[in-house]
Amino acid sequence: MCPEETRFSARCLVRLTVNGQSHELEVEPRVTLLDLLRERLQLTGAKKGCNRGECGACTVLLDGRRVNACLVLAASAEGCAVTTVEGLAQDGRLHPVQQAFIEHDAFQCGFCTSGQIMSALACITEGHTGSNAEIREWMSGNLCRCAAYPQIAEAVAAAARDMSASEAA
Amino acid sequence: MQDFSYARATSRAEALALAAEGDTAILAGGTELLNWLRIGIAAPGRVVDISRTPGMDGVEALPGGGARIGALTRLNDAAQHPLIQHSYPVLSQAILKSASAQLRNLATIGGNPLQRVRCPYFRAEEPTPCNKRAPGSGCAALHGFNEKHAIFGWTEDCVAVQPSDPAAALAALDAVYVTERRDADGRRIPARSFHVLPSEDPTAHTVLEPGELIVSIEIAEPATRSAYLKLRERESYEYATVSAAVVLDLDGEVIRRARIALGSVAMRPWRLDEAERRLQGQRLGGPEVEAAVDAGFAEARPLSSNAYKIRLARNAVLRTLNLATRAS
Amino acid sequence: MKTSGDPITRLDGPAKTTGAARYAGDQALPGQLHAVLVPSTIPAGRVTGIDARAALATPGVVRVLTASDMTRVHPDLDKITCPPLATRFLPMQGDQVLYEGQPVAIVLAERLEPAEAAAAAIRVCYQRDAFTPPETAPAEPPDPAKGDYSKSSAVTFQKGDAAAAIAAAPVRLAARYTQPSRHANPMEPSAILAAWEGDRLTVYDAVQHLPAVQGALAAVFGLGADKVRVVSPHTGGGFGAKAFIWPHEILTAMAARVVGRPVKLALSRQHMHAMVGPQPQMTHDLELGARPDGRLAGLTHATANITSVTDDYVEFGAIPSRAFYACDNITTDHRVRRGHVTLPTFMRSPWDGPGSWALGSAMDELARRLGVDPLDLRLANHADTDPESGQPWSSKKLREAYEEGARRFGWRERPRGGTRDGHWRIGCGMADCSQGQARFHSTARVRLAAEGAAVVESSFCDIGTGPATVFAQVAAEALGLDPRQVTVRSGDTDLPYSGPTYGSGTTLSTGAAVQRAAERVRGRLAALAGWAPEETTMREGRITRANESRTIQEVLGAAGLPELSSDGAFDLPGGAPVDMGEAGAPARTFGAIFVEVGVDPELGLLRLRRAVGAYSAGRILNPRTARSQMIGGIIWGWGMAAMEASHYEPKLGRWLSKDLAGVAIPVNADIPPEIEVAFVEEFDARSGPLGAKGIGELGATGVAAAVANAVYDAIGIRVRDLPITPDKLLAA
Repeated sequence: MCPEETRFSARCLVRLTVNGQSHELEVEPRVTLLDLLRERLQLTGAKKGCNRGECGACTVLLDGRRVNACLVLAASAEGCAVTTVEGLAQDGRLHPVQQAFIEHDAFQCGFCTSGQIMSALACITEGHTGSNAEIREWMSGNLCRCAAYPQIAEAVAAAARDMSASEAA
Repeated sequence: MQDFSYARATSRAEALALAAEGDTAILAGGTELLNWLRIGIAAPGRVVDISRTPGMDGVEALPGGGARIGALTRLNDAAQHPLIQHSYPVLSQAILKSASAQLRNLATIGGNPLQRVRCPYFRAEEPTPCNKRAPGSGCAALHGFNEKHAIFGWTEDCVAVQPSDPAAALAALDAVYVTERRDADGRRIPARSFHVLPSEDPTAHTVLEPGELIVSIEIAEPATRSAYLKLRERESYEYATVSAAVVLDLDGEVIRRARIALGSVAMRPWRLDEAERRLQGQRLGGPEVEAAVDAGFAEARPLSSNAYKIRLARNAVLRTLNLATRAS
Repeated sequence: MKTSGDPITRLDGPAKTTGAARYAGDQALPGQLHAVLVPSTIPAGRVTGIDARAALATPGVVRVLTASDMTRVHPDLDKITCPPLATRFLPMQGDQVLYEGQPVAIVLAERLEPAEAAAAAIRVCYQRDAFTPPETAPAEPPDPAKGDYSKSSAVTFQKGDAAAAIAAAPVRLAARYTQPSRHANPMEPSAILAAWEGDRLTVYDAVQHLPAVQGALAAVFGLGADKVRVVSPHTGGGFGAKAFIWPHEILTAMAARVVGRPVKLALSRQHMHAMVGPQPQMTHDLELGARPDGRLAGLTHATANITSVTDDYVEFGAIPSRAFYACDNITTDHRVRRGHVTLPTFMRSPWDGPGSWALGSAMDELARRLGVDPLDLRLANHADTDPESGQPWSSKKLREAYEEGARRFGWRERPRGGTRDGHWRIGCGMADCSQGQARFHSTARVRLAAEGAAVVESSFCDIGTGPATVFAQVAAEALGLDPRQVTVRSGDTDLPYSGPTYGSGTTLSTGAAVQRAAERVRGRLAALAGWAPEETTMREGRITRANESRTIQEVLGAAGLPELSSDGAFDLPGGAPVDMGEAGAPARTFGAIFVEVGVDPELGLLRLRRAVGAYSAGRILNPRTARSQMIGGIIWGWGMAAMEASHYEPKLGRWLSKDLAGVAIPVNADIPPEIEVAFVEEFDARSGPLGAKGIGELGATGVAAAVANAVYDAIGIRVRDLPITPDKLLAA
């Protein structure tokens, strides 16, 4: 056996901070971040709409950047901070993006909504809310079959205004 | 997904060493590999995660005016780097159109050209006649649904296309993939010949050898007059039907040199050599431009259902020439 | 206090925006096993052997179930009609394979990952039979013995002599329009968690009608319906794909019974594609004959849709031709092409969606031929009464909708077709929107507590269409409360029976039951106060007669009651579970869609620039959620027009791309903000006491035709085969 081979392991110890809480779990390497969140941590806000990176329903923030949780191995996320939709509201107060989604009726069935909201939050912090067209392009990684698209774009614009106003205040 | 064992490389040397082990897949962004594992396109016993290998990401200016992009640079970071945005708009645009914002936060510039074909027969979960999935099984797309398949360089053994947008831009830029290997010297592989045509090997995707890692991508002189056009049914987040990358070098209104690569028309980004040759010395907007571009399509051959792609690609080139002219 | 009609925000908003809303696949029970189905890889034949050794050797795998392990269905199932049973053919009751993707084995494992890996490791041996690709099979009349779908409407219809009238008409048009199969692709793939306790079964399921699942599963096992509980508080989009009971639901409940543990199955997008049917590929052959003034002299419309070899699903796409326009001579006919394919099913805007595409295109072609404005052609053929029955409509304000839509769009002042905007050529098009109105028997309970909080209880499910919000408004209006004082409990068969969330009938039907229950509560409260109910009003927790007023608390306190509870029902004539409007007053919704598109003929691009939809759909109970639903419908229609197609591979006998990358559906960037929705003031008292009708499907009708008509306006190319893709738009 060559020395490199010993570096490969069949089980991985994964330490993660999820919504501010530390977790340490042993997983098979094939376990995805999405399945870890949903099946091991019972955080079912992130949804499995395609499991291929084709719909965006599983969008979470990984070290502050939006990613498809279905395309991340839990083992690869070792040491990372994960934010899911469950981590946005503070002390029962909705996050401005959540509030804007409700005000603008930016969802119907709600299944894509967790991913839309995480993507919207990232879209705003990335600074891609300069125009309606820019918002729509940067929100196109999140499919919505109920097709609340115009309302989603409105909600993102409104939340961006809210968040910059509260930052300025 | 079959079970596999996992290791994370902590240095480039270790990445090369682990990647050289047999039956090992390399994980960078993971946006393709995880789907290959799910579909059964790949079933390695081992996965080496190189995503955190130090010193393999970031964009830097090369002395003499070029740029080097670390292979592990995430697509969004590469596209939005000021040097790429300003000096290589064709590449920045191609990257931004290549996938969703989420995917671009995961996928890397070195991994993206390694994506495999989008042929629905190749991507099927069920056994399918496909020489890339099961060598010798044939090509179901040849007489099947091939609306989005090749118009250049196909054979009866494979009619699929390489879908990478960045790869098309890199081919137009005459970029070089810089590789390293554990047991041999690294290579400098021109982007325009990085992918393998079916006439060479219908089962192959790229010229990379097992265990060979792209460590960076180098581009020579800036290409401010350049543009990328991606055509598809929906406005965003979809693979191209046809894409065009154009890099222009102008002397006033006269084309000193035009470089044109088409994406999603062949198993490799397709440089329109004959058109490039004929465009040299032509005046922009002149009547000879169309004829020159048409000459580049002399060797195009349609499949049963995709003759429209020839016209589409030709029109895309003409439009992108205009876009590149206006860029600066 | 008037709360129905107010644009309040969705009451399930906090749950859905925080991730707290639990969908079927989010549920978990102690001891549950994860199921993964093994789909057949051949379209026709028999399973001759299953080698599960490698799968069973996979750590974590508990069982591999094959047909011989499954319980046999109880004869009670024969009494369940089809629909709501999606198909009579239940896989894994024998070795027969009739479509690719049909489940042939079930892997059960402690965790998801080994279940998936083991399913891929199972080797199935088949005896292959010849198969029939459905799209090229002969078009044949539906067989009433092959399921009940063909009994949902008239397969053939004849009024007058259409052929003779068309032959004699001075202006004639004959054309074939086609549309591909389209999968509904709700964002939530179907999922179910089934658990037995003794002979009691509980399922958490992704459904559009809980009691139907309850009844079918009870029949499968020969149980009383009271032994089966279906829970579905949230469904992640249905669009028809979750309307009926598909085999995977039955198989999961069986698997749970066989192993004696809860079993959870979440279909992959690929398995969903293969195991839950799409709207079928279909052809429409139309012939129109018109008088010089545009009035239709004769109209024939014959359709053929693909179906499976097991059941005859009939897509009644010719219905618009006997419902949209006044005409004395109409012939319609529906046929099926049977092949080895997943059974197609109802999808958002069934019947009228496909039919309005073909008829809406043909009317535009006729208008061009006559040289009249397409809107004027519609006005000339306005159906004052139902052309099929001759009876008056329950209500119809289509003329007002035309006027409002045309005004908002600027139809009469629209730019000339082909006007340039850079490389874009601009085109405008319009078409009729209309959907038949289903009504469903429904019941509800309303409870009013002393402190002035009310609870609405009914087993409906909110699949995103808003009933959990709107019904709170209905109850609040009757009881003089703020809708936020009303809690809605739904999605559980332990609650009073509700009709389904499909057929655009939930608001009209279950809403009426809620209203009756709430009014009954109010009547009882008035009686307790000693007042005649009709003399009282309720507002802000008080009941008032003339200048006397008492709080709810005072009235209930004096009576010694903690709460008042009443049941209400929306009953249909003859005790029917469903009808299409009151006898003698056929019910439909109406409207018109106007679109402006840009076409880049050099690059084959088609993009939506703006749209206006104006509708006559009865009373609108919540303008905010209603607007969203109409916008969603218009975008649904845009997908149909511009991109959606599921391809059956005729050589391999299966769906080609079973994913969301190979089958495009619209994304945010496709949809401009300029989408306007207007409703005409209307109260349809004949369809139900709320005055409301359904809107869930109306918005998606007509859109594909309007888009194709706009494309013609822009570049002069008439596309008769959907979707309108670049290959059809490229200038020669």
